[in-house]
Order: sequence, then structure tokens, then C-alpha cells
Amino acid sequence: MGGGLYSTEKKEFDKNFDLTKIKPYGDTMNDGKVQVSFTLPVDDGEKAIFAALELGKKMGIEEPSVAYHVSLDKGYTYFVLYGSLKHSIDYTKIKVESIEIEAMTMEEINDFIKTNLKRKLIVIGATTGTDAHTVGIDAIMNRKGFAGHYGLEGYEMIDAYSLGSQVSNETFVKKAIELEADILLVSQTVTQKDIHVRNLSNLVDLLEAEEIRDKVVLICGGPRISNELAKELGFDAGFGPNTFSENVATYFVKEIYKRKSK
Amino acid sequence: MNKLNLDFTLVENARKIARIIANDTQKFIDKHTTTSIERTICRLLGIDGVDEFGVPLPNVVVNHVQKSGLINNGIALYLGNTILHTNLSPQNIAGKVSQEQLILTEFPLSNISEIKEVLNSLTQKSLETIKRNKQDREELINRYGEKTEPLIYLIVATGNIFEDIVQAQAAARQGADVIAVIRSTGQSLLDYVPYGATTEGFGGTYATQENFRLMRSALDKVSEEEGRYIRLTNYCSGLCMPEIAAMGAFERLDMMLNDALYGILFRDINMQRTIIDQYFSRMINAYAGVIINTGEDNYLTTDDAYDAAHTVLASQFINEQFAKLAGLSEEQMGLGHAFEMNPDLENGFVYELAQAQMAREIFPNAPLKYMPPTKYMTGNIFKGQVQDALFNIITILTNQRIHLLGMLTEAIHTPFMSDRALSIENAQYIFKNMKDLGDEIIFKEGGIMQRRANEVLNKALELLTNIEKEGLFKTIEKGIFAQIKRPIDGGKGLNGVILKSKDYFNPFLEFMSKELHLGGQK
Repeated sequence: MGGGLYSTEKKEFDKNFDLTKIKPYGDTMNDGKVQVSFTLPVDDGEKAIFAALELGKKMGIEEPSVAYHVSLDKGYTYFVLYGSLKHSIDYTKIKVESIEIEAMTMEEINDFIKTNLKRKLIVIGATTGTDAHTVGIDAIMNRKGFAGHYGLEGYEMIDAYSLGSQVSNETFVKKAIELEADILLVSQTVTQKDIHVRNLSNLVDLLEAEEIRDKVVLICGGPRISNELAKELGFDAGFGPNTFSENVATYFVKEIYKRKSK
Repeated sequence: MNKLNLDFTLVENARKIARIIANDTQKFIDKHTTTSIERTICRLLGIDGVDEFGVPLPNVVVNHVQKSGLINNGIALYLGNTILHTNLSPQNIAGKVSQEQLILTEFPLSNISEIKEVLNSLTQKSLETIKRNKQDREELINRYGEKTEPLIYLIVATGNIFEDIVQAQAAARQGADVIAVIRSTGQSLLDYVPYGATTEGFGGTYATQENFRLMRSALDKVSEEEGRYIRLTNYCSGLCMPEIAAMGAFERLDMMLNDALYGILFRDINMQRTIIDQYFSRMINAYAGVIINTGEDNYLTTDDAYDAAHTVLASQFINEQFAKLAGLSEEQMGLGHAFEMNPDLENGFVYELAQAQMAREIFPNAPLKYMPPTKYMTGNIFKGQVQDALFNIITILTNQRIHLLGMLTEAIHTPFMSDRALSIENAQYIFKNMKDLGDEIIFKEGGIMQRRANEVLNKALELLTNIEKEGLFKTIEKGIFAQIKRPIDGGKGLNGVILKSKDYFNPFLEFMSKELHLGGQK
């Protein structure tokens, strides 16, 4: 059996773990193994495979190999490609501001508000713009919550108002002023042509125009939202997937306490 | 086919109660019309196009009569009367109204039977077009042969109709039987239908008559190449339900999302508006031979699929009765449900299988519309492919008809061409490998599945009994469905609800009711 499944080829690379030069890991330290899949707008065939391999090399993938290719339609071919990435990253140089605070439980959060803030907090939440998805905001706001975690409506010390989906930024800001909200939660699920980015920064502009940006804790969330992106857009914090109401509430009670203590 | 040992006296009871609920609501419907129904009448009479500001002419004409406070007499009365006085076509009349050269309500009213008479031939002509489209569809299906397995339903949503066509044709060649063009987010809240071919939309493509026409003709081409009839779907929901139905009927769409309650609950459209609109839109769909898809799956993305299963069944019963009142046959009722059990739930698949089989047994003639997992899709595409596989298995075991394919990249982005191909491959593999497995299986007497189905049925019956006591509108106000509360005077579009005057008439409703053999004076 020549070649085949089990390669006996000698791998010539430094197998020592080095935080200044980390690489993807397949089954051996620093082997750099990655899997990539993509479609090219050409007919399937030898030429298309060659193009996929060349493209892999341009991505920085050494010894690329096309594990699978199939014609999707006339003029479109799908590839699954494996190989070893030549690039590495100096992990010691990375500074990321993430919200890595340990989440309190619902009871702890209620107690924290009672002891330190001494009044109920007012939260309003909505999916803004043309986005019609309420999955995210429901998970955080609805009493029922998500996966056994109660939503903010279930918190004794929080008055939560869920405005639903497709709420315009103007309506959202008006409601924030009317209810004297302490915390504003915005959910964005649909992402096409980065419409959510424009919509989110537009909200910040509106809040600044109404001179209430500093009076509220402004938070966004959604599958494509990171804390980094949120801050870049002028929000106080951003939460990605797998966030529960406790994560969000822990952040904002502490933030309000911090602002109060200043 | 009674694997679940369901108590069919309970099923009949539930149906009877749902019928009472629907009949009760129908009394309200019959007294009202809406601005979108009046605009639909304009469209059916041949008014199309936009004015210099891009406002659709049906809107121009209806607003014009509404401003004089006379729209409660119906747009048909004024259009018919103006034709008698001017001998102009409806389209020319609309053009002159938009240029402020005509005021429809200023002509002295002729005899009402004369007005009806002059509209008669226009009405018949338009109904003939719709009937011809229906025949064309039947002929094409006969020529290519009808698929007996589940119909594979795929979505395209690029925002650009020309890009949609590329994706839709590719999907059809790969095995899709039904193509749905998702609408641009926010279209359901527009109180008009955009015009012409569109290339800019968010999360989807605007539903316009020209876009319908372009996609229909593209799919007809693939149908011929593939020797399979590829069905086209759009969304008869939102503030323009009946207008979209009319446009779909003109362009031979085959399916329409068309739920009686969806807009109220999930788009915050006023409940009176939606209830009135759903009636006329469904009647047009009934007449055009369109299969409607109802939206019960949405209850399960907001609420829990195990706890709220009975609300889905109760809503299916109600949707069925509203559909009957509008003249839809059972074969046109794509009642909806969804595979949304929490993957962490022990025996979640077993419960889901019981519920899917229950829907099949309770609505044996309905082409059930089964929706894929979305709520618990995580971005882990590999697990996602497994979740979709489980969903595919339930469809083939319980003979669901309209199978919306799950995408492994759900929760990440709108599908790539390759995502669709992988999903089709997954479904076809399972449908072929497990083709007759459902017929080989009987469920254990008194086992988990039989108990589960009967429990859901009992709870649905209980819920329907409560709805009957309260009335449908009150039930929605209380937040029984999907835990969403909607006030009777809240939401969008209430200002388009109109109490009919005694002179009101809608020629299309009259003719279609008659041909669909609907009883009662409408």
C-alpha cells in the first residue's frame, strides 16, 4: 500500500509548544492542520482542482490537498481542502478586553441590587431596525428565559420591558426616555451586508443627540456581536452567543455600581 | 393509520369547537373590509404601476376615496360608476386620479345594478386569467408527474432577484421541489407592495409582481430541463396579505405562507386587520389552487416545543376552520409545525416523532408543512448537520409533505450555495434509505409516544374550550399563543380597518364565493 491513509512521511518541523508561535493543531504540535471548504464559480474538473490548490497556497496553506470536490451546478464546484497553515501567531502579544466576569446567580443579582443600589433597575430590550428575529432578546428578557435560565422579567429587582422586534431606533430611544431606563439592551440577529453595524451606530448617534448616552448602560447582543465590536460602535458592552440573562445582568449591575461609586 | 391510538371523538370535538370559534369570528369579518382588500380589488381590476413618487396606483386610488370618507362603500362602487361616466379603463382612471384630473366620488351615482354590470366583464376576465394559471399548473404537474415523497422546500434570500434566480435554479437542479423567496425584512410592515424588479433588500428580496414573474419563468425553465414541476412560494402575510395573494394568482405562484394569526402575534399587526385580510387573501389562494402554509412553527421558536405543543395543535384546528370558511380544500392546507425540541431533552426525538405522527393522523389530507430546527442551532455546523438529519428522519417516518430543509449554517448566515447542496444530499440520503420504514413500524401500546400524543390532544381540546368561552380576540389579548399579548386596538394597520356600508360590494368576493360553493351571503 503506497501513500494511502497512513502517511509515514517524516514531518520536519519543531514540535515544541511555543506561545510566541502558535499554530492550528491537528494531531501533532505545530502541524498547522486546517480544513477549509469553499465554492469556486467554475466547472468541476482537473483545472478547477488545480485552482483550489493554488488558492489554498495563497491562503498560506502548505501541502494543500483536495479531499472532496463536487459540482453544485453548471459553473460551480464545491471543495473541501486540508493542509498545513504556514502562519503562526504570537499569543503573548494579544490584548483583548473581554467581559470575563463570573456570572452571579439570579438571587445574588437581586441581593446585589438590594444592598448596593437600593432600588429596582429599569431595563428595556428590543430587536431594532428591520430585524424581525426575537430569539435573542426573548432568551434574555422573557420570564421563561432559555435553557433553564430565567429571563430578566423573572428578576424581583428588575423591571424589564421587552418591546419586541422591528422597533425603530427612534421609538426605542423615546421609550428609554419615557421609562427612565437604566439599561438598554439591543439584539441583532440578521446580518446581511452589515446592516446591523449601521443600525447599531445609528442608535448611539440618536442617544447622543438626546444627551442620554451617558445616563444609560448600553448593551448589544447577537450571534455576530463581540464585545470588541460593541465597544468600537460606542456601546458599553457586547455579548455573543451562549449568553444568559445572568451574564448580562451581572455585567450591568456591577457597571451601574461602579458608576455610582465614582 | 392509527399508530397512536388517538381518541377520535376528542378530535371531532376539537374540530367542532374550532368551527364555532371561526364562525363566531367570521361574523365580525363579514361586516368589515380593509384598505388592503380595496387595493386588491383595484389590482384584480387591472390597476398596476406607480405614480411619479413611486406610490403604487392601487394605493393612490384607495387613498383618494378614503380621503373623502367614502371608502366604506367600497372602491368597486366608485370605479364602476366612473367607468359608466367616462368609459375609461380602471388603469386609465387610476392614472388620471394620480394626476388629479379625476375625482371618483364626484360623479353622480348610477344605479347599483348598472355599476355591477359594467364591472362584471372586467371581473370575469381577471378570474379567467387566474383560472387559466391554475389549469396550466395542473397540466404541467400532469406532464412531469407528481412526486409522492416529501417535497424539498428551499429558501433563497439574496436581496437581489437576479441573484436569487441563479441560486434558485441551482437549488432546483440539485433536487429542490419548492423554492421560497424570502422577503426583505420589514416588508410585512409596509402598507403597500413595492413595484418592479428589485435588487436591494435586507435578509431577503421584496415581493413584487415583477419579481414573481421573473422567478416563475426561471423556474419554468428548470422544470422543463429537469422534468419536474418546481413550485414557487412567497409570503401572503403582513399588511398586504390579499394584494400579495392577487399578485401570486396572476403569476402562478404555487404556495403562499398565509396564517390567520401570525401577523398579529409576530409582527404586531392589528388583530382586526389581519383577521379580515386573511379571509379575502385565502379566498384568492383557494380560487387560484394555491397551497397555503400556516405558521404554527413560530410558536415553538418563542415558546418551548414540549410545553407548547398543544398550542400548535389548537392553532392548526383554528387555521383549518378559517381556511374552510375561505373555500380552501384540505389538500390546500399546509398546516405548520416544527422540529424544535431542546436537544438536551431526554427522549426529545421520541416526543417529536409522536407529535409529528399526531399531526399526520389528525389532518390526514393536509400537505403538512414541517419546519427544521432553528432555535437550538448553534454555529456548530457538524452538530447542526446531525440535528437536520434527525429532522429528516421524522419527516420520512411520518410522511410530512412540505419539508423545509434545515441548513447546517443556520444561526450563522443566509445559506451559501454549498450549504444548500449539503442539506439536499442529507435529506435525499435519508428519504431514500428509510423510504418505507414508517410503514414497518407500529408504536408500543400505552408507550411514551401514545401517551404523549393523547396528552397533547387533551390539552389542545382544553385550550380550544377556553378560547370558545373567551372568543378569539380576547384569547390573543391574554397572551395564550406564543406567550405574546396583543391588544384589540393595538398594533399596526388599525386605521385600514373599515366598517362596510349597506351599499358596499366586492365583485370578486361575490363571484369567488359562488364558484367555491361557499354558503351564506357575503
